[in-house]
Amino acid sequence: MNAIESIKYITPELILLVFSLSILICGLFIRKNNVLGVFSLVGVIFAALSLYQSSATSLPIFSNLLLNDPFAKFFKEIFLLITSVVILISMGYKAFGEEDRGEYYFLLLIVTIAMMLVVSSNNLLMIYVAFELVSLTSYILVGFLKRDALSSEGALKYFLFGALSTGIMLYGISFIYGLFGTTDLSVISVALTAGGTNNFIALISLILILAGMAFKCALVPFHMWVPDAYQGAPTPITAFISVGPKAVGFAILLRVFLKNFFPLFNGWVDLVTWVSILTMTVGNITALTQTNIKRMLGYSSIAQAGYILIGFVAGTALGIKAALFYLLVYTLMNLGAFGCVVLISNSIKSDLLEDYAGLYKRDPPAAFMLAVFLLSLSGIPPLAGFLGKFFVFAAAIEAKFILIAVVGVINSIIALYYYVRVIKYMYLEEPKADSIEPKSLALQAALIIMLAGVLVVGLCPYPFFNWIAASSNF
Amino acid sequence: MPFSILSCIIFLPLLGALLVLATPKKNIGLIKTIATLSTAAALLFSLPLMFKFSLFSPVMQFQEKLPWIPQINVWYHLGVDGISIGLVFLTALLGFLACVASYGINTRQKEYFFFYLLLTTGMLGTFMALDLFLFYVFWEIVLVPMYFLIGIWGGPRKEYAAIKFFLYTLAGSVFMLLGILALYFTSAPHTFNMLELAAGNRPLALSFQIPVFIAFYLGFAVKVPIFPFHTWLPDAHVEAPTPISVLLAGILLKMGAYGFFRISFPILKEAAYYFALPFAVMGLINIVYGAFVAMTQTDFKKMVAYSSVSHMGFVILGLASMTMTGFNGALLQMLSHGLISGAMFLLVGVLYDRAHTRNLDEFGGLGVKMPVYAGILAVFTFASLGLPGLSGFVSEFLSLLGAYPVFKIITIISTLGIIITASYFLYMLQRVLLGSLNEKWAAITDINKRELCTLIPLMLLVIAIGVYPLIALKYQAVSINALIQKLVPRQISF
Repeated sequence: MNAIESIKYITPELILLVFSLSILICGLFIRKNNVLGVFSLVGVIFAALSLYQSSATSLPIFSNLLLNDPFAKFFKEIFLLITSVVILISMGYKAFGEEDRGEYYFLLLIVTIAMMLVVSSNNLLMIYVAFELVSLTSYILVGFLKRDALSSEGALKYFLFGALSTGIMLYGISFIYGLFGTTDLSVISVALTAGGTNNFIALISLILILAGMAFKCALVPFHMWVPDAYQGAPTPITAFISVGPKAVGFAILLRVFLKNFFPLFNGWVDLVTWVSILTMTVGNITALTQTNIKRMLGYSSIAQAGYILIGFVAGTALGIKAALFYLLVYTLMNLGAFGCVVLISNSIKSDLLEDYAGLYKRDPPAAFMLAVFLLSLSGIPPLAGFLGKFFVFAAAIEAKFILIAVVGVINSIIALYYYVRVIKYMYLEEPKADSIEPKSLALQAALIIMLAGVLVVGLCPYPFFNWIAASSNF
Repeated sequence: MPFSILSCIIFLPLLGALLVLATPKKNIGLIKTIATLSTAAALLFSLPLMFKFSLFSPVMQFQEKLPWIPQINVWYHLGVDGISIGLVFLTALLGFLACVASYGINTRQKEYFFFYLLLTTGMLGTFMALDLFLFYVFWEIVLVPMYFLIGIWGGPRKEYAAIKFFLYTLAGSVFMLLGILALYFTSAPHTFNMLELAAGNRPLALSFQIPVFIAFYLGFAVKVPIFPFHTWLPDAHVEAPTPISVLLAGILLKMGAYGFFRISFPILKEAAYYFALPFAVMGLINIVYGAFVAMTQTDFKKMVAYSSVSHMGFVILGLASMTMTGFNGALLQMLSHGLISGAMFLLVGVLYDRAHTRNLDEFGGLGVKMPVYAGILAVFTFASLGLPGLSGFVSEFLSLLGAYPVFKIITIISTLGIIITASYFLYMLQRVLLGSLNEKWAAITDINKRELCTLIPLMLLVIAIGVYPLIALKYQAVSINALIQKLVPRQISF
């Protein structure tokens, strides 16, 4: 399908583009944070409505550069959810200077467009270009607190690691081009199935591409940037990069590795199994000793990525569904947890765990919500996080990957300790001070939506499971 | 839609918990009333359950079955049979009595009763769930409120005890989760239904059963607790507030043993045979080791806690025998120990509330100052050490009787455990009630009416079962018979 005919399939992206550019201009005149926030939220809602009405036809569009399939639509819906929640959290975040807001929301919408493009890409070069757009905008967003040394340091580390790993990825793509004479994934897939290619080189280039994805998903050993970037970034952006770019990475892993390059499954599965094991273990063990909640949640999100990888390693239909389901619940609970961190840091002006002491008395709703999100992250039923873990472990057992399932459950025991440690500070200790500032309505709304999500998905998962079953064919 | 009595029993406490959440923090009287009424309602609903229960049918009764997650064949499936009905009643009873005993809690009452009621719902659900997924959910729901109840309202080392309890039990149960998944994927069509799995339409290879049995064993053994996974128990018991110790000893330990009855043995039959001997040895270690450790304790509560380890050993031994008598003894021991240890912890609490110490060496001569208390303590002590005429004797005797033909030497050594038990319990009685009165306790008051109300029902049941065991055995006999038939017993006795 040519470019003109294809335009109608990217209406949501275009709506976001229009809104983002208008926000950039409006930001010059309007200084009020909430106005710009609401404006961008309206943009996201319009995009979501247009996406909701569109039908995913699995048609190749823009000369097979993009695919309009249910898999991409699922991720686009997740991204719009993430962005709207991050906008709400940002509206309640008090550490920004007023003058930056227009630029901030502009970048947030641009990165959303970029993410939506990556997940629908059907061409390695398109993936690379859109991927870089996600990365570059995220670097700027992480360093958005220009006068804050930690923010700049985090952004620099993020950038250096990102540049290195995307460089490696591009190198891998160049091998693929050399091997197949094209970067079009459908063509490559057909050639691979037909056989006759040098699988060894193809495998090596796949592993190089894996490096680029591993950076986005923060998999060991490409996770070094996480703690500093998470701690330094403005907390709404921390929330954003812990779910958004991570989902992008997983979308590409699933699409490229399990669809287009599936004939090579046996070649890379052992490597990815060990990446998953290391990611869970390193993330969890390092999280045990953290004293700053943003760093702790950073390491926890590394470990969570390891669990998602279990579904990926299983490689079965159930494995793919499990990974998607886990991504959905992970998005809900991690956004919720970071939202609570913003809410709490607004009133106690600290991200240190010891300052969370006695929060049950100072701010009961915030303490309660954070406790629920943390228990969900540690996989306690009947919260959504449990079902996420349940399905990935189920996928591993079904595919007879017993080792990774056992490592996974041992890790969830380790993880319980540090999640519950936060709860211990909040509920088992007495407060040192008891000042409370008025709370932002937008932020509370975001948190209540996430809380409802965690409870509803946990107690009544079947509609979500249907949605995921319909989205997992690509 | 027919009246769902089991759901009512499970969710009445949860409804109470939500009402408590909606009550203002300051209105403590109303919070206590809601909590008491909702646990009392659960107990009241469990009475018609006992009366209407058909004693002659081994099938699941009062079944409720609704689809929950149809895509993976998960059902909201409840039911009771002779194995679980006694435990459901015990849970409802202790849930109500411990709630009355909780009136003494004097900080953060709203949160306390919220967690308390949530815990009750989890415990009741565990004993009624017939779907492995549902079972696991209820099983895990118990952990979170327990963590808070020990961690907030506990003693000096409460934080350590609470997290230790949480980590130990979660560690066990996640392996159980893997076991559940393994069973699910080997069944055809895939199912979590315990009854279908136990029916065994597809024989499972022993090489498959053994690792799955071990996975379930880890989950259940931590809860029972079986040596060497018992170390969380003394810590949790000593630090937990009295009513929570009651539920911990009375109900939570039974959840583990119930798991063996409901899941491990019926579904993994060959593995159960395979592991019978090691199982009996674990029972022996629990009985003797627990008793010896209890003997050295100077903390009253810790002594009772270790006596629980010892008494649960009889359950394990009875199970290991795979005989009808042994199974009957094991199940009766669960009920009997639930009643006795619940009462023992209440009695320790009565003393601690007055003396603010649990050090056995500091008491002495209290029999004079607290005659009623002394009498009740003596009754439960005798029940614990297995005096004929009280429930502990019947159940321990049946366990040993069932085990003897199968494991002679182990049973003989286990019987010695009873002597050790008698010695430390009598030594305790001597140090607390007899001797000259320690002047510190000159002003101590006797047990009050509320405390008496919580103890009398337990005492009546202990005596009733002791004198006429059939009132409990008649509920379980048919179901146990059906279970043993499926297990192909080594010999018929009883």
